[in-house]
Amino acid sequence: METPLLIFNENGIYCKEADVYLDPWHPVDRAIITHGHADHSRWGNKEYITHKNNVPIIKHRLGDIVVHGKEYNEKFVVNNVTFSLHPAGHIIGSSQVRVEHKGEVWVFSGDYKLEDDGISTPFEPVKCHTFITECTFGIPPFKWEPQEQVFKNINQWWANNREEGKTSVLFGYSLGKAQRLLKYLDTSIGKIYTHGAIENMTKILREQVQFPHTTLITRETKKKDLLGNIVLAPPSAHGSTWIRKMVPFVTASASGWMAFRGARRRRAVDKGFVLSDHCDWEELLTAIKSTGAEKIIATHGYTEIFSRYLREQGYDARTEQTQFEGEIDEVNSDKKEKEEL
Amino acid sequence: MKLFADLIRDLDSTNKTTAKVAALVNYFIAAPDKDKVWAIAILSHRRPPRPVNTTLIRSWAAELANIPLWLFEESYHIVGDLAETIALIIPSSQSTSEKSLSEFVDEIILLKALPEKEKKDYLIENWTKLSYYERFVFTKLITGSFRIGISQKLMTRALSKATEIEEDILAYRLMGNWDPSKTTFHNLIIKQRESDFVSKPYPFYLAYPLEEAVEELGAISDWYIEHKWDGIRAQIIIRNNEVFVWSRGEELVTDKYPEFHGLPGTVPDGTVLDGEILAFPNETIGSFNDLQKRIGRKNISNNLLKNTPVILKAYDLLEWKGADIRNRPLRERRQLLEGLLDLERMEGLPIYLSGICNLNNWKEVTNERAKAREYKSEGLMIKNKNSPYRVGRKKGDWWKWKVDPMRIDAVLTYAMRGHGRRTNLFTDYTFALWDTESEELVTFAKAYSGLTDAEFRKIDAWIKKNTLERFGPVRSVTPQLVFEIAFEGVALSKRHKSGVATRFPRIVRWRQDKKVDEANTLEDLKKMISHPISRHE
Repeated sequence: METPLLIFNENGIYCKEADVYLDPWHPVDRAIITHGHADHSRWGNKEYITHKNNVPIIKHRLGDIVVHGKEYNEKFVVNNVTFSLHPAGHIIGSSQVRVEHKGEVWVFSGDYKLEDDGISTPFEPVKCHTFITECTFGIPPFKWEPQEQVFKNINQWWANNREEGKTSVLFGYSLGKAQRLLKYLDTSIGKIYTHGAIENMTKILREQVQFPHTTLITRETKKKDLLGNIVLAPPSAHGSTWIRKMVPFVTASASGWMAFRGARRRRAVDKGFVLSDHCDWEELLTAIKSTGAEKIIATHGYTEIFSRYLREQGYDARTEQTQFEGEIDEVNSDKKEKEEL
Repeated sequence: MKLFADLIRDLDSTNKTTAKVAALVNYFIAAPDKDKVWAIAILSHRRPPRPVNTTLIRSWAAELANIPLWLFEESYHIVGDLAETIALIIPSSQSTSEKSLSEFVDEIILLKALPEKEKKDYLIENWTKLSYYERFVFTKLITGSFRIGISQKLMTRALSKATEIEEDILAYRLMGNWDPSKTTFHNLIIKQRESDFVSKPYPFYLAYPLEEAVEELGAISDWYIEHKWDGIRAQIIIRNNEVFVWSRGEELVTDKYPEFHGLPGTVPDGTVLDGEILAFPNETIGSFNDLQKRIGRKNISNNLLKNTPVILKAYDLLEWKGADIRNRPLRERRQLLEGLLDLERMEGLPIYLSGICNLNNWKEVTNERAKAREYKSEGLMIKNKNSPYRVGRKKGDWWKWKVDPMRIDAVLTYAMRGHGRRTNLFTDYTFALWDTESEELVTFAKAYSGLTDAEFRKIDAWIKKNTLERFGPVRSVTPQLVFEIAFEGVALSKRHKSGVATRFPRIVRWRQDKKVDEANTLEDLKKMISHPISRHE
């Protein structure tokens, strides 16, 4: 049997024909990177290819690397294999990777969502034969509300806390989630303060997107300055000594996992806002349908359950083990966030 | 219903006790009386009888959500709560219901007698039109108890703030068997009615574990030292020539223990005893495992009664000659208790006085504690001679000083997803020990607690990578991780595959320093039955 166009080996998703890896988890010669989160863009590759908007992000995270920025839909050929990047709508500069060889088309989704967040270029379905999809939230209990509603709730929460004389502390990933929150915070309520990890990342993204003004929390920041205002912090700051400056405060976390009451209590935050940069159940099904693919490979998330359902719907679906993490707001992401500080 | 659903949402939106109490107070002020009674009932785990079995509920919910039943079940295992799964999985609705909580409860009570078709229509109609939190509450009312991080104590505190009635009095009024569909807020909470109190127990006074060195308690002459009996904490009430037995879970268990039915007549009316129900086979104190044979059985066969009788080890007297004497010092209550349990009169009755240990200094106390297992006790109780009988768990006057648990190193073999706040993590573990003959691992205990959240997350990730087989929510895992398991007792048992039952097993620590073949054997565990004090190492 002929080797499939993309295979999963110990280093990552591999195109043998082109000798190129997609989001490899061990160092390789040439890597196409879907987006800047640490589980997809790792250290040590000799050459990186990614969307141009992701270039400053991975340079900030990985330092001095050899990286080529591409436009969306721009075709480039490596050893007779045609590659192109397409908007994934996950975070700024996030892409799906289209791989074409001898008329056969595979698409690797990376992480993605269908809702237009107003920051990243919205997801565009790409026709293909085989679609490699994440399914972080690939079970039916996950159903996102429109973001307008979520942001209305967040701003309402902030306003209520301010009325009670408390500081609002809102947790979200320093790359992606933090900027999405920032973009829609209502600055008529109060000032927006940031944790260093978020301030640094946001500074880089301000060249691409307009964000409200933020103030970095430093040693000199006074407790009374913070009172009634909102603080954006990475999940790792929860329970740290850094956060004591915010007393009296109310905490909230913004993540897809907040859909579960148990997850919210485990995270020990007061309030949970269900807001994710991944697809919910229906979005995943919609996206898969829109690719026209017959073969589906589920990578990270509830892969077994999700692919079984797809098989029942008539797809040729299977799962592959990867080292992608999806939206983890627990230990791993904390470690990741710490690395970014 | 909206008001109660809002309450649940508010309780869900904070981790802070003060904010939770405030939300409850607001509810108790704003809600109609009839709803309040039901809210109190629900939050103290009293609920209407289940009108539909959960198998049907699950299949109807899957049908409404237009997903296969297996996918619903998988989702349920991951979410960890049936009502929450249903609330999440059914397309959301922005509408709410004008009907009150008690109107819903009334409908749910009537639902039980209706034909299946009508039950289904009723559920689907409400699932479709209620908002997320209403749907969650509605389904909870039908499926099970509310576990939302509100203890009865917290609720009582809020109720006290809302009604300006003392917390102790409310705790007293809320105890026991009251039927929310037959009482009113006024009768339950506001009205004083002495005649209703014939069967009512007093709130139990619970001891705190001793935290500091025992010598710090000061002069030993201020303290009574007793053994801490390992049975069921119970109050026995004799009033109006009737007997009532209450367990600490506020459950009326009179019917389960016919041994006590002959007390009226011998023990005078107006007596309330506090003590421990213990199994008493062959005229000696049995193990908790013996007592297990009686717990949960309503119909007691003559054989069981003969082989595993129970007694009460009495250690306090709360009511004497019809008067509440809880505020009198323990030394006086003890004197009255001893007088009451006069040996001649009690001859042949299943009530024994829990003895006071005659010890002269703390060193002797320490030695006595080390011998606890020989006496079939869990350790010692240290009670201030001047202490009143307080309400609930209070520090200062009563201390429990348990013996150190027994410990053994066991292998993790199965894992199941947790519930509540541990939903979505594998936190419920089954452990095994080596059988020396077959060289196989034999399951001996399940344990859920003892690790930090961070450890649980690490082990959860390991489990997901090392799964051998899946059985619904349960996974078998590569036998590799070793944990130190502590337990309070061990006894032979025919009901367990390993042939032994451990009492209250829990995880002490993850022995990352130990390999799987370094775990203990079943023989090591069995040795602990005959030599209860020795440790395995």
